[in-house]
Amino acid sequence: MGLVMGTFSMQSNKQDRTYRKDKIDDDFELSIVCHRPEGLDKLEAQTNFSKQELQVLYRGFKNECPSGVVNEDTFKQIYAQFFPHGDASTYAHYLFNAFDSAHSGSIKFEGFIMALSTLLRGSVREKLTWTFNLYDINRDGYINKEEMTDIVSAIYDMMGKYTYPALKTDTPKQHVDAFFQKMDKNRDGVVTLDEFILSCQEDENILRSLQLFKNVI
Amino acid sequence: MAAGVATWMPFARAAAVGWLPLAQKTMPKPPVDKKSRSDEILFVNVSGLRFQTWKNTLDRYPDTLLGSSEKEFFYNEETQEYFFDRDPEMFRHILNFFRTGKLHYPRHECIQAFEEELAFYGIIPEIIGDCCMEEYRDRKKENQERLAEDTEAENAGDAPLPPDATLRERLWRAFENPHTSTMALVFYYVTGFFIAVSVIANVVETVPCRPIKGSIKDLPCGEKFSVAFSCLDTACVLIFSFEYLMRLYAAPSRCDFARSVMSVIDVVAILPFYIGLVMPENEEVSGAFVTLRVFRVFRIFKFSRHSQGLRILGCTLQACASELGFLLFSLTMAVIIFATVMFYAEKGTKGTTFSSIPASFWYTIVTMTTLGYGDMVPDSIAGKIFGSICSLSGVLVIALPVPVIVSNFARIYHQNQRADKMRAQQKVRQARIRMAKKGATNAFLQHKEDGGLQDGDGDSTPLCVKNRSAFEHQHHHLLHCLEKTTNHEFTDEVTYSEVCVTDSLGFRTSRSTSLSSQQGATTTCCSRRAKRRAFRLANSTVSVSRGSVQELDTLHVTKTPAGTQYPQSRSSLNARTENLKLNCDDYTAAIISIPTPPANTPDESLPNSPAIPGILRNSRSSTFNTQETVKISSL
Repeated sequence: MGLVMGTFSMQSNKQDRTYRKDKIDDDFELSIVCHRPEGLDKLEAQTNFSKQELQVLYRGFKNECPSGVVNEDTFKQIYAQFFPHGDASTYAHYLFNAFDSAHSGSIKFEGFIMALSTLLRGSVREKLTWTFNLYDINRDGYINKEEMTDIVSAIYDMMGKYTYPALKTDTPKQHVDAFFQKMDKNRDGVVTLDEFILSCQEDENILRSLQLFKNVI
Repeated sequence: MAAGVATWMPFARAAAVGWLPLAQKTMPKPPVDKKSRSDEILFVNVSGLRFQTWKNTLDRYPDTLLGSSEKEFFYNEETQEYFFDRDPEMFRHILNFFRTGKLHYPRHECIQAFEEELAFYGIIPEIIGDCCMEEYRDRKKENQERLAEDTEAENAGDAPLPPDATLRERLWRAFENPHTSTMALVFYYVTGFFIAVSVIANVVETVPCRPIKGSIKDLPCGEKFSVAFSCLDTACVLIFSFEYLMRLYAAPSRCDFARSVMSVIDVVAILPFYIGLVMPENEEVSGAFVTLRVFRVFRIFKFSRHSQGLRILGCTLQACASELGFLLFSLTMAVIIFATVMFYAEKGTKGTTFSSIPASFWYTIVTMTTLGYGDMVPDSIAGKIFGSICSLSGVLVIALPVPVIVSNFARIYHQNQRADKMRAQQKVRQARIRMAKKGATNAFLQHKEDGGLQDGDGDSTPLCVKNRSAFEHQHHHLLHCLEKTTNHEFTDEVTYSEVCVTDSLGFRTSRSTSLSSQQGATTTCCSRRAKRRAFRLANSTVSVSRGSVQELDTLHVTKTPAGTQYPQSRSSLNARTENLKLNCDDYTAAIISIPTPPANTPDESLPNSPAIPGILRNSRSSTFNTQETVKISSL
């Protein structure tokens, strides 16, 4: 008698369990994207880094992102750790787009390394071009005031609230105006790549600062 | 491809000889293997533990880290080995996977640590062998549930309302989380009190009281003090109705609320009263009405809003519905069987109480639950035998599902405990995280104070700066670059608030031009804040208002002598022009409109950057930046 009952109820339980298992299978839908970078030799040829430097960089990269790719949220978190005072997420967003030149939504190690190679070991023109692409949010070849204001506001956001002197609401705007004053040679309201490079090359301090970060590794 | 297949490749290729006679075209050239075929032993050093394995073993799975060229990134030329800075215990399992083709999950390891290692080595967890898959899935599900609960506990409830919450939202929140506001708490306790009063009144009104004078029979108290009890009842019902209507109004989704269990209980609790109001006073209906009063006892279920234990019990019963169903079903079947048997066994006995099978149900239930009232007892021998079998099987059947129910209750109870603990610890955790973040912030400010940002000579950098790690140096350099980009500096909260206060103070003083008021302002400044900071700023402001006409562009910087640490006496007038970059932009306006003074403020070293009170004591001499400073502030 008990056996009959037992088997009856066990039947229903088993069905429940298989149903639940199916659901779990769906949950286990692979969201794991794994990416492996190209060979060490190939990367060494393409960039200006030595093998040891590439190894060091890769180990750090892999530690943070075992899957081999960085998505935007992870990137924002990493970047925010360096600027605990303020909110680094907006600037990290623009930075992410500048690194992710293919607009795939994630940065792989190759992209990361290429950008680093340009920024640390590239020529002045290459560095300035990269910076221009960072500022040119919509990639139309021109930097207009809105784009620049966005970038500058994002930078000021990183300062946080407690600054000296206190930040005013139009501080970014003033900064942008000064920037355009300097860079926009033909006063047409936008800055092109050539104007940008020309103006930067005229400014000794910018040229000098570009060499500052050479020995970052 | 699976592991073993690679091993069989030579065999498969050799067996291709069997096609040769049949082939219609000539066979293609075989692939040339440039590398030497001999296998080599690779050394893998994982945090000091050295593993050795054949290269072929690792090559079996080319889409993992160890099987692909990705491992070259970890190759150490000097020691000729691959070095991984990971957990050596876990690596054992990873390597076993390569060797045997089956991935096992170590039961004593944390599930997340294991998954991270797998992600690092590029192995998908789904390859875990059947022997360990069940355990892995269970642990993973448990972990995910726990994380989901934790995030839910974080987000739920205690988050402060947005400031523009409507009355409805605020009311709903007050009802759902009574500890958020005092009014809600008061309301919560008041309703709880009235529920208790109502239930106690229901109970007490049936107790027999002493009879009224001139009567013998004991009256229940309800009829003796009928007025009092009915007033009490009315009051309670009014309060419950009010509460229900308020909840209905405040609920974000009225349909869902009306269908929820608690709302049904509320309605059932107050309905008898209202039905009684509309009920006409005739005999037959009032009998039914009396029965309806039974429903008043449901008011006690309203306590489940106030008691978490009751809610947990309700949850448990809900979760164990299948076990309870099984219990009920098996009991029913047993009752029917034994009742039938007992009936036919006792049929022969004269004057037996087992008059029918349904009548025997009572005996069976009482016996199976081991109650044994003794109002129905078998007489015949067969009856007694079957009766004893009945009681024994009763014990077994009831004992089976009970542990399941108990364990479910324990699980849900512990979950609730954890949620409560999480919420309590949440505040402490947030505070500690904030402290840690402040630590990072303060590190930079401390660095600045220690003179870490000076350019140049290594000798004069203080020891505390030198001893900082390379990472810290680079981080501070990065923050310093940001400061220079924006031309603002980081300060801490205290200084910021003080500066802003003195701003407003200073601005007011700058307007006044009379000397006495200036003096007065100064003295009030000084007396109010006996700190150096206010001094300097107050001085600046005073000097601004004092001044003679001076064009803005004559403001220029002088290199102040290094080492002027403390302000000289205020009365000494040094003819020094200083760059008075004052704080708020209101000031800048003030400078432009109000003539600026000749330099007679005895302020101490004002370098290009403004005197951050108390933070900067070292002079900095980068005039370049100053010019920019002036330029921007003059815009």
